[in-house]
Amino acid sequence: MDMNTKLLKKNAFRVTKERGITASRVRVPGGHLEAKYLSMIQNIADTYGNGTIHITSRQGFEIPGIKFEDMPRVNELLQPVIEGLNINQELPGGGYPAAGTRNITACIGNRVCPYACYDTTAFAQRIEKAVFPNDLHFKIALTGCPNDCAKVRMHDFGIMGMTEPQYDKDRCVNCEACVKACKKKSVNVLKTVNYKVERNEAKCIGCGECVLACPTGAWTRGSEKLYRLTLFGRTGKKNPRMGEDFIKWVDEESIIKIILNTYDYVNNYIDPEAPGGKEHIGYIVDRTGFEEFRKWALKDVKLPDMAEVYTPVYWKGIKY
Amino acid sequence: MGFLFAENGINAVFEKWAEEYHVYAPKRMEGKGAFSDTDSVRYEEINKVEEIEFDLKSHFSFKDILLPMSETLFFFTEEQVKEADGPKKGAVILLRSCDLHAVRRLDEIYLKNGFEDYYYKRLRENVRFVLLGCKQAFENCFCVDMETNRADFYDASIEKDGDGYAVDNHYSDWEPLFLANSMEKKEVSPSYVTETEVRVEVPEGLSLDVSKSRMWDEYDKRCIDCGRCNYVCPTCTCFTMQDIFYTDNGKVGERRRVTASCMVNGYTDVAGGGSYRQKNGQRMRFKTLHKVYDFKKRFGYHMCVGCGRCDDACPEYISFSNIINKLKDAVAEVNDHDEK
Repeated sequence: MDMNTKLLKKNAFRVTKERGITASRVRVPGGHLEAKYLSMIQNIADTYGNGTIHITSRQGFEIPGIKFEDMPRVNELLQPVIEGLNINQELPGGGYPAAGTRNITACIGNRVCPYACYDTTAFAQRIEKAVFPNDLHFKIALTGCPNDCAKVRMHDFGIMGMTEPQYDKDRCVNCEACVKACKKKSVNVLKTVNYKVERNEAKCIGCGECVLACPTGAWTRGSEKLYRLTLFGRTGKKNPRMGEDFIKWVDEESIIKIILNTYDYVNNYIDPEAPGGKEHIGYIVDRTGFEEFRKWALKDVKLPDMAEVYTPVYWKGIKY
Repeated sequence: MGFLFAENGINAVFEKWAEEYHVYAPKRMEGKGAFSDTDSVRYEEINKVEEIEFDLKSHFSFKDILLPMSETLFFFTEEQVKEADGPKKGAVILLRSCDLHAVRRLDEIYLKNGFEDYYYKRLRENVRFVLLGCKQAFENCFCVDMETNRADFYDASIEKDGDGYAVDNHYSDWEPLFLANSMEKKEVSPSYVTETEVRVEVPEGLSLDVSKSRMWDEYDKRCIDCGRCNYVCPTCTCFTMQDIFYTDNGKVGERRRVTASCMVNGYTDVAGGGSYRQKNGQRMRFKTLHKVYDFKKRFGYHMCVGCGRCDDACPEYISFSNIINKLKDAVAEVNDHDEK
């Protein structure tokens, strides 16, 4: 049997334990899809797979037990899914393009969750359009608020929704619901002064707990959608670590530009000997130094006035 | 006398009104709901008819205008006191029938309950009310059973009529203004609802004995004592006082009157450290009986107007109309208990 495994992988299929048998990997950017696609995926599993589906850790479906020879037919059946999920596809009818950059994951976001500060899936899909497909190993995840249910600090780019609380003191009745919520559930940056509330703006993480707690609407959300961007968290064997804060109060436009700039940076500095042409970005930053990365990342980026860039940034994590 | 207005005609009225009045109406505040990408409907000053939210119940009531949540009453220095200035202009408030009935409750408490409240009166005297007709009831409304679904004691009424606006006028001073700007005279009778999905029945024979019912215990845990039900209620009248000493100069300050909630901690705090109704079920009992029992005992009609905003606002899905309806069984429960 002759099979170009490099091409197979670039087509979102996997080399499995079993010779001649592959698995089809169906990415769902932002993790939210119309239910009708499930029956299409079921049909593939029943017709060409072994009748099972694995729900992946990056919000996709993996359909195992597919024979190599059935891949073109699986790709045909995947076409409506690919179009429906608005996946950037280089060759129509050719299945999922895949490679290094992983599915962009998201928590359920503000389509459902009261805490979420934005529509995580919509932003994930916007980033998808800007970056896919790409061979470089990038992991991007979005979470609606600083609870970080999506565990974005385990990703190269962690995008965390924030809201800049707006305070109307004339509606404040000093019930202290916000002060208590901030203290017990968040970072304790509200205090009562003369029966009104003062917010430590420098320390506030923009979680919105005050807005949710306020019974009179004295606290409301800011009109701009702003985010915290964290960098280069990773799992893996060498030095797993949490992503560190890069920019607080950054906007969507800037985040996309920074991610695209990072592709340029990685292309320039990646270890030419890296296995499979993939290297976690954090290791590259460890080599070049953070300041070099920052120079590339912020090229032509126009940050909002209130954005705070953290520098220098140091990572910790587990070392063996 | 009724009138039919085109949009520009009614806006000419608003423009004229603005010379003499602040015009307040329910307005959709984009992105100002507690959850992201949700709106809040509140009473705000408006200049044009397009700004009025005709199709939704406001989350907060007109009360925010008549009884500001936080109002400075006076300023003080070592030797002197200066009263805070009242508004320079009067107000026109656009509100639904239930809310207009609620004004009567506020007047009862602030003007007729023993003495006149100076600050309330100062505002109230210069307010004109314009009724917003209700073509249908909203979720959680129970105005029909509280007998607040109709009101004729308005200065004027307004509602959409095709592409225009139908207005009924009771205030003779406005007659020439309406005549000059309307398209035609027309018989106008404000819309009102005659049925609501939610029905309530305040039982006969309600007495304080119902306090002994076990029905209140459920709310010890369910209620989170946030006070939203009070803050959105158009008939809650409680306030507390705050004396502020400015941080730059501790000898100068102001006294504020601030809305208070009987569901929120601190409401019953008294000198000496006492505090009553610690359990949320007890607070719910106190509020309920005030709304549908003891207010009526004194004034002859129920305090609750059935707007249902408390139900709309409760994050724990506690329904006040359901509490009213539970009273019947609770009365039976305590009567049975007494008989045994």
